[in-house]
Amino acid sequence: MITSSPALEMNEVRKVYSVAETEVVALADASLTVAQDEIVALVGPSGSGKTTLCSIAGGILSPSEGTVTVGGEDITGYDRRRLTRFRRERVGFVFQSVNLVPFLNARENLLIVDEFGRRERREAKLRADRLLEELGLSDRAANLPGQLSGGQRQRVAIGRALMNQPSLVMFDEPTSSLDTELGSQVMELIRTEMKSRGTSAIVVTHDDRITHFCDRTVGIVDGVLAA
Amino acid sequence: MRPALKELRREPSRFVAPTAILTLIAVLLMFLGGLLDGLIRNSTGAVNAITADVIVFSDSSQGSFLRSRVEPDIRKEIEQDLDAVVGGLGVTLLGGRIPGNGPRDLANIAVWGYETPIDGVPSPPGAGMGWGDERLQADGVEIGDEILLGPSRTPVTIAGWVDNTAYNGQASLWVDVETWRTVLNANRPDAALAEGVFQALAVTVPSTTAGETAADAIVRVVDSGLLVLTVAEARDAIPGVTEQQQTFNQILGVTVLIALVVVALFFALLTVERASLYAVFKALGAGSRTIFGGLITQAIAVTMIATAIAAVAVVVIDAVIPPGSIPLFISPRRILLSAVLLFIAAAAGCGFSLRRVLRVDPATALGGSS
Repeated sequence: MITSSPALEMNEVRKVYSVAETEVVALADASLTVAQDEIVALVGPSGSGKTTLCSIAGGILSPSEGTVTVGGEDITGYDRRRLTRFRRERVGFVFQSVNLVPFLNARENLLIVDEFGRRERREAKLRADRLLEELGLSDRAANLPGQLSGGQRQRVAIGRALMNQPSLVMFDEPTSSLDTELGSQVMELIRTEMKSRGTSAIVVTHDDRITHFCDRTVGIVDGVLAA
Repeated sequence: MRPALKELRREPSRFVAPTAILTLIAVLLMFLGGLLDGLIRNSTGAVNAITADVIVFSDSSQGSFLRSRVEPDIRKEIEQDLDAVVGGLGVTLLGGRIPGNGPRDLANIAVWGYETPIDGVPSPPGAGMGWGDERLQADGVEIGDEILLGPSRTPVTIAGWVDNTAYNGQASLWVDVETWRTVLNANRPDAALAEGVFQALAVTVPSTTAGETAADAIVRVVDSGLLVLTVAEARDAIPGVTEQQQTFNQILGVTVLIALVVVALFFALLTVERASLYAVFKALGAGSRTIFGGLITQAIAVTMIATAIAAVAVVVIDAVIPPGSIPLFISPRRILLSAVLLFIAAAAGCGFSLRRVLRVDPATALGGSS
């Protein structure tokens, strides 16, 4: 979805968790803007707040303070139901362990996004077939995830993230389970797919070897962003 | 919903155990229900067939034909004051000797004398003749056979067959009131009845005053000494009928409860196992309702398969069991009722997983914690 607004605007976002009687600050006054068509690498050690930032940007978590705007849509005050709809229609996710549905084939794994939402079956099928073709998976459309290689599963997951034509795609450690060569191929693919669609992306990683595939790298330590 | 059905199709082994258990429960439910229906049918068929607004007994009879006596003057009063259609009724339980079956081979027979229309039973065939319930065929009785009733061996010839008119677990033999009175007086002198006296009267009141039932009208005309029951009440007054129904219904209720627990446990386990996948679904924008709908769909599909297998199984069992050996009556109504109960149990059982589905946090899909 192309809009004139930035893909993501986070202003002074704080996320605080209450653990027992102690408050844990997972994200401290984070401000981040991701332009259209921009790919940002979010790098930091474990427990640094990468996932929390990603979850807030993707509408999974709500911030304790600050504002979040995705593709011009202010989601700061959204309740759970509106956030669910927002995720369904406006953002894409590629999870660390890919997490394809094991009993659905590649094509159906893409179509499941449509099942959760508006059910434009005919259009969705055309879009899924086109995505599979672009990702080089046309001949694997009827294969179950168990019949696909790691790289092919990763490509199916990317296709699934793109099914709803999102403004922003969150990639959670997309190369963590891949060797260097395959990891580079996947990152190249991500860059190609995002740029060809003008879609923005945040790539969460602690692997410095893949950051050069991104337009910009943002570091995060102890919940504090450092450009 | 469609992914849920695809899972059933592509990973059937996952659902074999609950389907097998539910099938056994469904067979048990239908079989026990069939036994209840068979027992009730064997006890009440004759009373159910009585075509009348009410049945009038003497007040101390507690609705038992064998304990009841209704005098002719009461009949006259009802006929004259209410312009009612009244038919005398009586029944005697006796052993009947079947020709060719040996002197000690007795069939249990309920000999009915009737003046009133009985559903499915033609008018009395004539003196010394009777319509036999089809159950007598299991004892080797054929049309034209002469059955010797009771210790006096009163002969009655079978004129033809009628269906579903058993009484108190015994096959009925429908004769005219004169033949019945002859059989009664000859074989049960302790219960002999004078001419014009019946055990009960079947009464149809053509018109009553506004808001008044047939029973009210009879009580108004004959102010004491009577017990007036509808056909349904008379059926329930047969000794053992209510107790049988209550006992079986409690067993059926427990069986449905077991089905509910089976479904609840299975889908609770499935939900726990699927928590990470459901977190991914939620992260992708699936609502809890969609996920829970998938679970319900699977539960209903599993129950549907189990019910279908069970229905075929009980129909086969019913066909294989020799007629008259056990009081089993399998009907579409019983199968449908069992299926509906199982579907309700399945949906309710799934309900226990709802809280767990609601609690699945989409945030666990990120960060590798899933």
